[in-house]
Amino acid sequence: MKFGVVVFPGSNCDADALHAVRDVMGQAARFLWHKDHDLRGVDCVVLPGGFSYGDYLRSGAIARFSPLMREVREFADRGGLVLGICNGFQVLLELGLLPGAMLRNKHLKFLCRYVHLRLENERTRFTHLGRKGQVLRIPIAHFDGNYYAPPETLKEIEDNGRVVFRYADADGRPTAEANVNGSLHNIAGLINAQGNVLGMMPHPERAAEPLLGSADGRVIFESLISKF
Amino acid sequence: MRDTMIDPKILANHNLTPGEYELIVSLIGREPNLTELGVFSAMWSEHCSYKSSKFYLKQLPTQGRAVVQGPGENAGIIDIGDGQVIVFKIESHNHPSYIEPFQGAATGVGGILRDIFTMGARPIALLDSLRFGPLDSPKNRSIMEGVVSGISSYGNSIGVPTVGGEIYFGENYALNPLVNVFCLGLAEKDKIFYAKAEGIGNAVLYVGSKTGRDGIHGATMASAEFVKETEHKRPNVQVGDPFKEKLLVEACLEVMDKGVIVGIQDMGAAGLTCSTAEMPAKSGTGIEIDLDLVPQREEGMTPYEILLSESQERMLIVARPDKVREVREIFAKWDLDAVEIGRVIEGGRMKVRFQGEIVVDVPVSAVVDLCPIYQRPVAPPAPPRTASDVPPVPVPDDLGAIFGKLLASPTIANKEWVFRQYDHMVQTNTMVLPGADAAVLRLKGSRKALAVSLDGNSLYARLDPRTGGKIAVAEACRNLACVGARPIGVTNCLNFGSPEKPEVMRQFKEAVAGLSEACLAFEIPVTGGNVSFYNDTEGASIYPTPVLGVVGLVQDIDRVVTPGFKGEGDAVVLIGACTGELGGSEYLKVAHGREDGIPPTIDLAMERAVQETCVEAAESGLLASAHDLSEGGLAVAAAESAFAGPGRLGCRLDLDGGLRPDALLFGEAQSRILVTVAAAGLPALLELAAKRGVPAAVVGEVGGPAIRIAQKGSVLIDIPVDAARAAWMDAIPAYFKIGEG
Repeated sequence: MKFGVVVFPGSNCDADALHAVRDVMGQAARFLWHKDHDLRGVDCVVLPGGFSYGDYLRSGAIARFSPLMREVREFADRGGLVLGICNGFQVLLELGLLPGAMLRNKHLKFLCRYVHLRLENERTRFTHLGRKGQVLRIPIAHFDGNYYAPPETLKEIEDNGRVVFRYADADGRPTAEANVNGSLHNIAGLINAQGNVLGMMPHPERAAEPLLGSADGRVIFESLISKF
Repeated sequence: MRDTMIDPKILANHNLTPGEYELIVSLIGREPNLTELGVFSAMWSEHCSYKSSKFYLKQLPTQGRAVVQGPGENAGIIDIGDGQVIVFKIESHNHPSYIEPFQGAATGVGGILRDIFTMGARPIALLDSLRFGPLDSPKNRSIMEGVVSGISSYGNSIGVPTVGGEIYFGENYALNPLVNVFCLGLAEKDKIFYAKAEGIGNAVLYVGSKTGRDGIHGATMASAEFVKETEHKRPNVQVGDPFKEKLLVEACLEVMDKGVIVGIQDMGAAGLTCSTAEMPAKSGTGIEIDLDLVPQREEGMTPYEILLSESQERMLIVARPDKVREVREIFAKWDLDAVEIGRVIEGGRMKVRFQGEIVVDVPVSAVVDLCPIYQRPVAPPAPPRTASDVPPVPVPDDLGAIFGKLLASPTIANKEWVFRQYDHMVQTNTMVLPGADAAVLRLKGSRKALAVSLDGNSLYARLDPRTGGKIAVAEACRNLACVGARPIGVTNCLNFGSPEKPEVMRQFKEAVAGLSEACLAFEIPVTGGNVSFYNDTEGASIYPTPVLGVVGLVQDIDRVVTPGFKGEGDAVVLIGACTGELGGSEYLKVAHGREDGIPPTIDLAMERAVQETCVEAAESGLLASAHDLSEGGLAVAAAESAFAGPGRLGCRLDLDGGLRPDALLFGEAQSRILVTVAAAGLPALLELAAKRGVPAAVVGEVGGPAIRIAQKGSVLIDIPVDAARAAWMDAIPAYFKIGEG
């Protein structure tokens, strides 16, 4: 399977994402420069974490206008796989490829720590090798990860099972205490209606090797790769 | 060109003595104009020239088989094998952090990062050593909050993980907080770049952010005490833009990778002046630049302002004329200015033009190499003290309550509130997260790992600077040993008061002597560092605060050890001897309000043997955990091991008699490590210790819901792990709850 990791000015986790898919998961992978207009025939586009454009204006607000985003949108419309991680998720929200917006963390500080996630929807291209209710230990690192969507949108997301991950406790319960940033409904990751675009705030590329503390993020990459 | 007459007042404002002025006149053969005076003022400042410290720094051991670059360049370089080198250094940004905590700390991070990547290394880790006044005061909380936010904001944005450090609190730091930032980078041995201006006729390019009026005379401010009018120095604090610096890192590493530049230097303290003077000084050449070509973001800037601005995120590059286009294209790709502003010339002079006229024309050697070196007056040694000189310390009635107080004292308490604001995982190399004895970073493609620790204890250094210097090295290396690493290189940040005070010079001289002695004993080279003098306000100096940054190597990532208790029933072994010394201890300060006494003795040979025992045991796979004993002594070390373990297991310890209970529990005797081993590994561990002549005794076992420590069967403290942990966890966050005054 061929992965393409988009590099914006200010992207920080691009090399980490490439390392995860290429060196850890053994897949073909390359960087895609934001100023190009060519997705180079990749099967999955990854929008990595970081501080694209320094988070000026709003996180992801400027990156969504990068030249390559035209091709990414067309690719997504055609059913191509897109994985947005952290800042990548924020770019997808700004592009409108996913509904909602990110606000500042409720306690007003940047937060880097491991969290537990409850896998809510195992019937996606990104999670089909996991189990519904499975608890994953994956780290977050963000200042603006407080997910918001207006009530009607939220209802639509929930009714259609488009929430993929929720912040939860070690037993998989999405409690208020487990909600580290104030996200509505403890939403940590969601998918689009077509099922080919996933955005998540936690960093699965940081949880792909046991030696770093957790390999629970692998299920996402393994699920993507398994059908190729 | 019209110029200002230089009078004594102007000289004083530039922090130059009449003697220094006379020397300048004789070196350049005439009176300097005001712009040239500014150049000398910045370059001859204490911060840039090290004029009061150089004489003593010369005694530091800098040689070593693996040393690629010692002191004198932007950073030190050590060969770690497999064609790779590490590049590292520590820098201070103390004075700006009092004036403007957020930007002062942020630009401290920016500055040290540039010192690393200017040599061709990708920065892979940051650590910081911070000291603030006590948190009861809103002003001190505000400074701490600003500093932590500043470090967080800059480090996170640029994508370099902040993986460790230390934080101390003390009244003497209230008006002089300390912010020392350490950076580690990784490079290929054959792709190292230096600050060279070689090749007459080569182009000199300015790259990065535009120049503004921020930070003018930042270096000079850092070379003087604070007085009442200090607040108006706000324009002296630089303003950082980590996004710009991220682009700069990528662009610089790309031009280096493509081999299209000859030399590169960052513009840090003393801005454009520093790089324009230092690069040719190192190469025996000169540089001529035209300030009209310098990208500016303010209107009407004078040559003085352009030359001395400390606007951030700028580098000076020397390149062959036929490579200039490629260099500019790469910087354009990253949306950064890259402008040819001059060329390398013969004659060893720094020539600066502005609006068609020469405004600076001085020999570079005068600016860079010929600043006088001072041997300032040193106070006579303090009379030696003995135990009988120290007023007795009463044994407290309620040791459990004292234990709780220590765990909740901010210097000892949990620091998650701080390090969770730092992205400590980006770059996916961090194997041991903040909160352990040392940070451990794996090396992709290798079985080795790097370990880093920053350490310093100013309570000891104040009581006996020589001992303080030795212990700083010992403790940093001991922290490395606890994760299974051996030290390979040292960088030091020496924070002191005014060198014009003989007492401060005595502290400095002694501390450096202590550092040297320890580095020699452990056979680790000092590859560079920083001296921050003038940490005084209204005449009051900080305690002498030598901070050490030590980098070590773990040979096998499978043998990395962490501090938490792991298995019920594991034997708890104390390596090293309990002497019961209380002088300068956190216990003495927190329980008795005293900072006096004689600091703990340090036997460097024994210390080394203890460390070697621990590393060997780690490499043999014997250790379930290892944790060094420092502030709070044995009781706190046992508690921290209980808190850090996956099951939060407690321990049941029973120690020998002989010492008074508070000294046994909380004394800070040196050269001690608390380890745990599965029962099967115990004989092998004890044999390793015996082989090295190191005391090692089983003091108990892991298990139970409490931290229970007894002395000859008599229980001294018995506190549930959960309760102790709660006090330890809540201490610092309690000061920063939103909504409270």
